[in-house]
Parts: sequence; C-alpha cells; structure tokens
Amino acid sequence: MSLCLAGARVIDPATNTDKRTNVYIDGGRILKFGRPPQGFTPDETIDLRGQILTPGFIELAAHLREPGFEYKATIASESKAAAAGGFTSVCCTPDTLPVIDNASVVEHIKQRARGARAARVLCLGALTHGLEGNVLAEMYALKESGCVAVTNADHAIRDTAVLRHALAYAASNDLAVFLHPVEYWLSHDGKMHEGAVSTRLGIPGIPEAEEIIAVNRDLTLVEETGVRAHFCRLSSARSIGLIARARRAGLRVTADVALSNLLFTDRNIGSFDPNFHLRPPLREARDRTRLRSSIRKREVDAICGNHEPHDADSKATPFSLSAPGVSSFDTFLPALLSLVEQGAFDLNTAIAAVSQAPAEILGLSAGTLAPGAPADICVFDPAQQWTVSNNNLVSAGKNTPFLHQTLDGKVTLTVIDGRIVYNTNG
Amino acid sequence: MKQQLDDQGRLKHFLTIENLSRALLVEVLDSAERFAPVGERAVKNVPLLRGKTVANLFFEPSTRTRTTFELAAKRLSADIINLNIAASATSKGESLSDTLRTLEAMQCDMFVVRHQNSGAATFIASQVAPHISVINAGDGRYAHPTQAMLDMFTIRRAKQRFDGLVVAIVGDIAHSRVARSEIQALNTLGVAEVRVVGPKTLIPNKIEAFGAKVFNRIESGIAGADVVIMLRLQQERMNSALLPSAQEYFQAYGLTERRLKLAANDAIVMHPGPINRGIEIDSAVADGPQSVILSQVTHGIAVRMAVMSLVMGTQATTGAN
Repeated sequence: MSLCLAGARVIDPATNTDKRTNVYIDGGRILKFGRPPQGFTPDETIDLRGQILTPGFIELAAHLREPGFEYKATIASESKAAAAGGFTSVCCTPDTLPVIDNASVVEHIKQRARGARAARVLCLGALTHGLEGNVLAEMYALKESGCVAVTNADHAIRDTAVLRHALAYAASNDLAVFLHPVEYWLSHDGKMHEGAVSTRLGIPGIPEAEEIIAVNRDLTLVEETGVRAHFCRLSSARSIGLIARARRAGLRVTADVALSNLLFTDRNIGSFDPNFHLRPPLREARDRTRLRSSIRKREVDAICGNHEPHDADSKATPFSLSAPGVSSFDTFLPALLSLVEQGAFDLNTAIAAVSQAPAEILGLSAGTLAPGAPADICVFDPAQQWTVSNNNLVSAGKNTPFLHQTLDGKVTLTVIDGRIVYNTNG
Repeated sequence: MKQQLDDQGRLKHFLTIENLSRALLVEVLDSAERFAPVGERAVKNVPLLRGKTVANLFFEPSTRTRTTFELAAKRLSADIINLNIAASATSKGESLSDTLRTLEAMQCDMFVVRHQNSGAATFIASQVAPHISVINAGDGRYAHPTQAMLDMFTIRRAKQRFDGLVVAIVGDIAHSRVARSEIQALNTLGVAEVRVVGPKTLIPNKIEAFGAKVFNRIESGIAGADVVIMLRLQQERMNSALLPSAQEYFQAYGLTERRLKLAANDAIVMHPGPINRGIEIDSAVADGPQSVILSQVTHGIAVRMAVMSLVMGTQATTGAN
C-alpha cells in the first residue's frame, strides 16, 4: 500500500533534514519527501500536523525473554511494546534459555517475531557457548542464520585468553562483536556503583575500576585482532575518555550508553528502590554529565534503551535480591525528550543517536528517510501528556521508575516496511 | 527515611537511625532508662503489650539478638513466636511477599526482622498491612538500629553526655551494619568526633561523607578516645583477600592493655559481641575495669522494650512502676 504522511516536522539526521513536509511511501520504501511524485496517488493520507516524524528507532539491546522466560515477557508482547514506543527494529539479546548460540534458536525467534507482526526482531548471537565464557559459539552458523552481531551480553568472560580467541574468530567471520566491558572479579559481587551511596546503604559495590580495566583490556584486544567492535553501555566518565582517545588514534570502534545512565545517578536509588537496580550500575553526577556531553560531541554514537522487562516478583524483593534492569520501550521517547528539554543535547542529535547511529552500527539500510530506504518511521506528538500506569504500559514488564509519573511526548504512529503497525491518529 | 514515621512524626517502624531526629533518639534513651529498673525487680514484667503478638522473623541465624528481643517482648507481656526462616526456603520456593502474607494471616502485630540483605527490613515494612510495625534486628550491612541505641544508652550511662566525646570504632567497618548505625546515632547525638579504624580493605569507600574520620593504624585511631568500640571480625574475613590471618590482625589491630593506654584515662571499651578473644580484643581488656561489654547486653533488653513500646504507640512512662 502507498502512504502520504502529511504535514509533520520531518527530522532525518542522515540527510540533514529538519523541515515541515510530506513523506511519500510505496512498496515498503520511502519514495521521497517534499513535493508529491508525479502521478502518485496514495492509498491513505495521514494528517500529522503538529507532530514530529523521524526514522524508526532502533534498539541495540532488547531482552525479549523468549524462549525461556515467558513469565516475564514474550516476543509478541515486547515487539508490540517496541512498535508502540516508536521502535521499528530491535536487537534480541542472546541471554534466552536456551541461549542464542545455535541456528535453531535464531529460527525459532524469527518465526515468533514474524507471527507478532510488530517491530522487526534482529538476533544477537552468543560469543561463547551458553554465554559461559569457555567454548566459542558457532559463529559461522549464527551469521548464516542471520545474526547481526555476536556478544556475550553482560556475562563477563573471566578467561582473557578465551576472550582474545573469541574476538579473533569473530573477526575471521567478519562478524561485529558487541562488547560489554565487564571485569568479572571486580563486579560479580556488586549490586550498585561503589561510592558514598553504596557505603550508606551497605550494598556491595561495583568500583569504577571494574569498567576501566575492562575497557582498556578490550581496546587492546580489538586493536590486536582487528575485529569490528561496538562498546555497549558505557557508564563511567573515564571510559568515555578511553574510547575517545582510541578513536582519535585511529581505532574504528563504536559505543553506546544506556538512556537510564543519562537520566539518573546512584542517588536515585534513595532508600533501596529496586527500579534503579541496573547493570551497568548508575554512577555519579560527574559520570552522568560526561555521558551526556559524549552524546552531544558524538564521542559516543548511540543511545540504548536496554529494555529488560521483569515480572513483578523479580522486583518485589530487597534491592540486592532484585533482578537488574528497566522496562524501557514505553517510556523511551518521553525520557529522551526530557533530556533534550534539560539541554543535555539537541533533538536532532538525540534522533540520530537512536536511529541513524544504531543502523550504521548494525550495517542496516534503515535509520534514514532517504529515497529508497526501508519505510521504517516513527511519528510522535512531543506535547502529548500521559501518566504512566500499569494499565497503559504495553510491555509485559511494568518495572519502570516512571510509574505514576506524568510525561510529555507520545508515539502516535509507527510504520515498518511501509506497513502501519501502530497508529493512534484519528 | 520518612517511611518509619507516622503522620504525627512518631515511630511507626524502627528500621534505621538514618534521618531520625536527635529528639527522637533521646526519647528512646529516656524511655529505656524508665524500663531499666523492670529487669531488676522480682516480677520482671509490665502489662504494656498484653494481648499483642510479636513475631521474631530471623532469616539469618542469631541467638543473642533474638533472645534479647524475646525477653523484651515477654517483659512487656506480649506473646512472642520465633520463626527461623532458612534463606533457601524463600529464595527457592515461596517469595518473601508470600511469607509475609502468611504471617499476617496469623494476626501478628509486630515483626522483628533479621535478614542477610541490606534493605530487607525497609522492604518488609513497605509490604505489611498498616497495623503492623516492623523492627529491624539487623539487615545485611545496612542497619542494626537497636544495637546502636543500646550502645548509645551505655555511653550515656558511662559518660552522662555526648557532646565533646571522641568515639573510635575499630575493625571491619565495611561489612558492619552496627558501625553504620552507630556512626549515624553518634553524629545525630552530637559527639565531637567519630573515627573508624582499620586496614583499607575493611574501610568502605567514601565513609568520610558519612561523618567519620578514617585511621588505618589503631595507635593513632584510638589516641585520646573517650569510647573505643571494637567490632567482631567475622570468620570469613580471616585468611582471605581482605586479611592475611587472625594472628596478624590481632598484632596490628587487636586491643591490648598497652594500646588502651593511648586512649583517654577514663575511656570505656565496648563490643557488640560475641567476642573473639585474642583476635580483636585481649581478654585482659575484655574483662578489665574499662570494659562495659556485659552492661551492653543488659541494656539491650531495656532499649528493645523502649523501641517495641514506642512503635506500638504505648506510653513508656507507665513502665516504671
């Protein structure tokens, strides 16, 4: 079907576009924007005046919980939540049960995602068998079955020799590796950032040194093996400096930060609020300031929601026993807009960091509204206010620190491959 | 931590010393002072909590703390049940919330909670029905507020004041809920200086922000101190990456008569117990004239009676006679 999306402010960082115009779609692709193509009559025209139209958001880490943890969420529930949050593609992390370390799990996930008819699901394969950090995963088979990258998620590989071999093997298969800079021995006991707040609460801390050591180690191995590497969820100011220095020295690596780490600090944990139990941990105000400026200065490429839906019991427990993570799809856009509102970075930079940048990291042709690109589009009303409640969260995971808060900004239309998958416009 | 106060600013739960006012801490001490004579009488009980049911919920084993809470409840004429809930029972099967629902169905009025995880008492207080009060009997490394208050009671009895006092807490500060609650109580009550003394492996990051001065040597740490509080060194810290051996710990940090001479002449020596003789403290000091360790145990009952009656909203004044 063909579409005309009319009258919105169109922001497409990849083509340096920011203007009020119409976008024309046919055959699942962007035809063009601006004046209508000659002889083009859309099947449907949607009036989007007063709203903002951007490339669909791309999530670099979505814990879809299926197979294995369907009591938390399913591919169907979360790909629908993703679409309602403006995401057109989401990367499914390999920490399912069984782990995404063989082609049959990839096939299963792809089949379930097709059935859901919502956001596109891309698989991240495991770097090691069972994410156990001992035996390399079947990376060739994972790549053949369609995995867009391999990663050990945040399961730290203790044996540096295994990590080195895994990166070399991934490089041989021309697979990108998503690296979570985690040093096992300094982090496995910890439940939050080590600092004044962890000391006050008596919660075992994760020192900043943990991430610094891991970033240094991983940069060294990336340089040596020549693997295409993406650094995930940097949380400390010093890590940003290390990545920036390596890039200035010519090393081609990319990086992302989690939206939560841009929004909050360890002080938000207050009196043991498990909704702020995150991995990597929320660090200090100076870290947050540096993470924000890294997006502004493009030292870090992408912003990641790190969507981790949980069942209620996983959070209804003392802080240290609670499962880490936030369910982020539903509140991602208003939270991102709040950072723009606070002056952390401008809107176009924010949009680039959640569409163009992740597309480039993943090697996708999406992430732009250039003619011929897949018609993956997000439209939102930046002024629409809504109050977050258990009832209006689409995700099965209700674990969000925004519960009962009133937020500004709501996605109203999501188009994937030219098909409307979510629409609240008249 | 507003959660432990009711609308009138009175204690509803007793979870932590954090953010409690000086007036409230003094109220607990004064109330305990009125309960102290009860233990010295032939008939050692008062009818303040008659008809109330107290449940000791111990998710972590403890004999001493549980016993003093039990005695305190009995002296207030409450019914008390002891539940030792193995950690595995909750981590594997029933969730903590389900355990609490079950106990509520037994119509308890107060939970005394000991748990291995920091924040557990706070969590439980957030989950229980509104008529139930929760007292924290020690959670993880976070808080042990009744222990801190009985220590404050012991200091006030020995020194008659808090202002101007220098208090040194020696040992494993990092893993100690007692130390955290004591530092908060001492600062709220207005001592001159709180010192924490130990090797860097046992001193938590940024403890200075908490109102404590760090000393890595015991000699300088206890010099001129009016109160020396020795902490128990847990078995699992010895022969680990934190400390080489118990013997070396005693050599470097053990409180001996010789070292005690560095403190003020009338310094008192305290220990939350149980004592490791020859590891953190020499027997001659533990049993010596400056030790108030056994008084701490006695005071524990009066302080717990005071806290239990305060959170249940009963008048402590009627406890005296």
